[in-house]
Formats: sequence, structure tokens, C-alpha cells
Amino acid sequence: MPSALINVPAKAKRGDVIEIKTLMSHIMETGYRHTASGDSVPRDIITSFICRFNGNEIFRADLFPAISANPFLSFFTTANASGKFEFEWVGDKGFSETASASITVE
Amino acid sequence: MDESTRRDFFVLAGGAAVLAITLRPAEATPAMLASAIRNVVGSAPVKTGKVKLDIPPLVENGNTVPMTVSVASPMAPEDHVTRIHVFNEKNPQPNIGNFHLSPQAGRAQVTARIRLADSQKGVAIARLSDGTFWSASADVVVTLAACTEEVI
Repeated sequence: MPSALINVPAKAKRGDVIEIKTLMSHIMETGYRHTASGDSVPRDIITSFICRFNGNEIFRADLFPAISANPFLSFFTTANASGKFEFEWVGDKGFSETASASITVE
Repeated sequence: MDESTRRDFFVLAGGAAVLAITLRPAEATPAMLASAIRNVVGSAPVKTGKVKLDIPPLVENGNTVPMTVSVASPMAPEDHVTRIHVFNEKNPQPNIGNFHLSPQAGRAQVTARIRLADSQKGVAIARLSDGTFWSASADVVVTLAACTEEVI
């Protein structure tokens, strides 16, 4: 069962630069590993991550097998208005997960 | 007789060495790194500076290596970082991640945890809104490699 951990400050002053931390549970199988019997293990990774604020894209990442299992990403944004952050992870084998977090800007 | 067994031994040993080399997992070469960078920057020159790539110089476990890229930029609408690309030299493929930023970010800094298959060089390249590319690199020594180990 995939699950996301999101860390966004609940409150911020207008104009503050805030850090957003996200972690999604995922094996991030590289596709370069083999089982003991020699079969290759097919690639299964998250290929893209998007963060939107009130519907506008503010951050996007293309991920490759060189990203660790349970991808952790941290980035910054300027708090200009109260609203909702929406996070989306898309990957191999139809993987698609979303999460959201709200912020109050004073 | 002694001579022939000695020669046989060397032939066998040589064959085993060749086999060991061909059995090594595919790894990116500095040439693949260069071509991956070319794919991103095209023919534009890449200057050194402005970018800071933070990776611990010595890591025990290549499966989770903390990495932070930060770029000295005011992140104003007229002067900001649009993209950050991170590459490596010796993993099976040269790309690590591409990060797309907007002026709203306020600070051009991205952190992720990455895999490194060998002791190698990491390269971060930032594209600014004026179309220029800036880069930084860092050398890492990895004691336990990632990516290609057997599944148990």
C-alpha cells in the first residue's frame, strides 16, 4: 500500500520562503538487478513528481533509477496566499498517487 | 612439462580476466556522461560556478546518498533558475534527476536521496532564465555500491 509523507508548515507569513518535504513509499526497482537464478528484475520506478499550488504547477521532477527507494524530495516555495498544495507521483506499471496539504498565510 | 602447465595457467587466468570484464554490469562511461549533458545543454557553453552540489565525500552505503543542489540566484521573474539536472559518471545510466523550478520557488535548492553504483563524480547543471548553463561537480567515495547487487 503506497503512502506519502508530506511536511508543509501549517502557517506562514506572506512572502516567507518555506520548505516542502515529501516522501513516497516505493521500491524504485532499477531494472539492473538480477535474481540468484540470473533473471533480470524489471524496472519499476516513479518517473515523475509534480507539485501544484492552487492548481498551478510550482515544482516538477523527472526521476531516474538512480533515485533511492522511497524517494525523498525537498524544495522551496514562496508563501503568497493561503491554499492547497497538491502532490502527484506517476511511475511504471500504472503507478499513480496523490496527496495534498494546506497552508494558511497571514 | 612445467613450462606448459605454467603457460596453461596464464592462458586460463587471462581468459578468466576477460570473462570477468565482459560480465561486469553495464556502466555509464565519462563519454555517456558527456553525451547526456550535451542532450540537455545542446551546443551552449557550460560555465563553472553559481551551482553548489553537496554530496558527502565518503559514503558507506551507495543506496541512499543525500544530495543537495543549490544555485545562487535571486529567483526573480527576470532572473531565476528554470531547471536543475543531476548526472553521474558510473551508474548504469548517467541521469539522476531533472528538476523544474519557477520564480515562485524563492530559493533555488533541491534535496533528494540518490543511488551511486561506484566511487565517482556527480555533476549538477543549472539552466537560468537567460538561457545560460552553470555547473558544479563533486567526487564521492562509495564503499557499498548500489543498483546492481543481486536480489536475495
